[in-house]
Amino acid sequence: MITIEHLSKRFHVGTADEKVAVDDVSLHLEQGEFVTVIGSNGAGKSTLLNCIAGVYEADTGRIILDGTDITAMPEYRRSRWIGRVFQDPHMGTAYDMTIEENLAIAYSKNKPLNLARGIRRGEREFFRERLAVLGLGLEDRLQDKVGQLSGGQRQALTLLMATIVRPKLLLLDEHTASLDPVTADKVLQLTTEMVAESKLTTFMVTHNLQDALTAGTRTIMMDKGRIILELAGPEREGMSVEELIALFAAKSGTQLRTDRMLLQ
Amino acid sequence: MSVAALLGALELGLVYAVMALGVFISFRTLNTPDLTVDGSFVLGAAVAAVLISGGGNPYLAILAAFAAGFLAGCVTALLNTKLGIQPLLAGILVMLALYSVNLRIMDGKANIPLIDKPSLYHLFSSLLPEGIDSLACAFLVIVLIVFLLYLFLQTRLGFALRATGDNETMVRASGIDSNKMKLLGLALSNGLVAAAGSMIAQYQSYADVGMGLGMVVIGLASVIIGEVVFGARPLWRRLAAVVLGSVLYRIVIAIALDLGMPATDLKLISAVIVTVALSAGSVRKMLARQAQRLPGK
Repeated sequence: MITIEHLSKRFHVGTADEKVAVDDVSLHLEQGEFVTVIGSNGAGKSTLLNCIAGVYEADTGRIILDGTDITAMPEYRRSRWIGRVFQDPHMGTAYDMTIEENLAIAYSKNKPLNLARGIRRGEREFFRERLAVLGLGLEDRLQDKVGQLSGGQRQALTLLMATIVRPKLLLLDEHTASLDPVTADKVLQLTTEMVAESKLTTFMVTHNLQDALTAGTRTIMMDKGRIILELAGPEREGMSVEELIALFAAKSGTQLRTDRMLLQ
Repeated sequence: MSVAALLGALELGLVYAVMALGVFISFRTLNTPDLTVDGSFVLGAAVAAVLISGGGNPYLAILAAFAAGFLAGCVTALLNTKLGIQPLLAGILVMLALYSVNLRIMDGKANIPLIDKPSLYHLFSSLLPEGIDSLACAFLVIVLIVFLLYLFLQTRLGFALRATGDNETMVRASGIDSNKMKLLGLALSNGLVAAAGSMIAQYQSYADVGMGLGMVVIGLASVIIGEVVFGARPLWRRLAAVVLGSVLYRIVIAIALDLGMPATDLKLISAVIVTVALSAGSVRKMLARQAQRLPGK
């Protein structure tokens, strides 16, 4: 579904702060594959994700999504095929608009932007049904402004918005990192259910090593902009978090370290 | 204050509300205070004055003014999105440039009189008594514009425009070109402001190259007063609040004049009103913090 070939991205080129964020990364995801990505702070996980999303333009390399070369395509244009959930719960929604208006914007992703009614007859009922699946009672709050929702509710809503028009690729950028543990579990559970239901090709950056092993079908470890390890199949299934940390140390020569790495 | 003065303030408030709705689009919907307004207001007045004094139709003059303002807004938006100039500075640049453009349109004259020329506000002069006829006209115009704006903001395009002011990241992630939305928003905003300028020129029977000074502040004052006094939800009420805010602003000004304040102090009053309204939130927080500290906590 998505193929990344020799992708590199540097920041502050030509200055003393020059930094290679992503270094010659190649990666292929089959349709329906769910990859989790871990690594220390500054390993290039989020930069790689943002290159795929189009927030940053890659310096070299190619990104091919379902046969289309999207390497140089503007962010908004490739967003037609890509659903995203961000680390910051404020990033995925318009706070001063209602829940149904937010959903309507997400739902008209591939429709022409014209003077048609923003919410058509029947759509409200559809939004209600989809919101009920989240199990958060949002189906009774269609006309509430998103600014009134909690972080977890917003992330769940953003997840629904990212998938309400089936995306070819779902990008999750540490989307549970700023939530309390109980809410984080709930949002991750919703994520895996939605991914499974629509067989979505998914790329999830996470700081939670346990989540990285339990969710998804493959785990990638990044360090200094490179992919240093890929785990899949029986090897991944039998792996514990402790073994994963040890494996990282052996592969990278450093300790796996982030400012809020969760080990349990 | 006399009834006549109150009616006068009401009428002026309704007429200027068109401009305030334009400011509402850039300030609230796009979340950028756009200073182009001071220039595009005069632009509209200049275009209309030249057309009407040349024998043109006053309604067509309003449409022409809207188109001119629309273009001015496009220039500001392009300076921002294509050349990377900060929105505030882009607005200042276009406002300044428009001063010269407006003088060119007015053929170098600082003032064009429109006395005894046809005007929008004479539409009902054969039906209604003088004074009431122009008020009825101003009322009709603002109802029509609020209604159209309300419908527009509920369309798919309107949703995208509103979301752009809220959260550009979300807009781009939804497959919408946020730069295009900024272009559309600033164009519409300045189109409305210029249309307002053309209406004011007809209302007061002249266009003056200096008539736009401080217009953006008056617009902001109307938007903010409206929100504070009449609330901001739901959408129709929010739009109505802008109109009522504009009327209330004119009443405050009329009272100030009534109390013997010289007309030259009005800009100072406008600036103070907006400052007070904008700082209300942080002052309230400051007071709340102090109140918490006081009772032995």
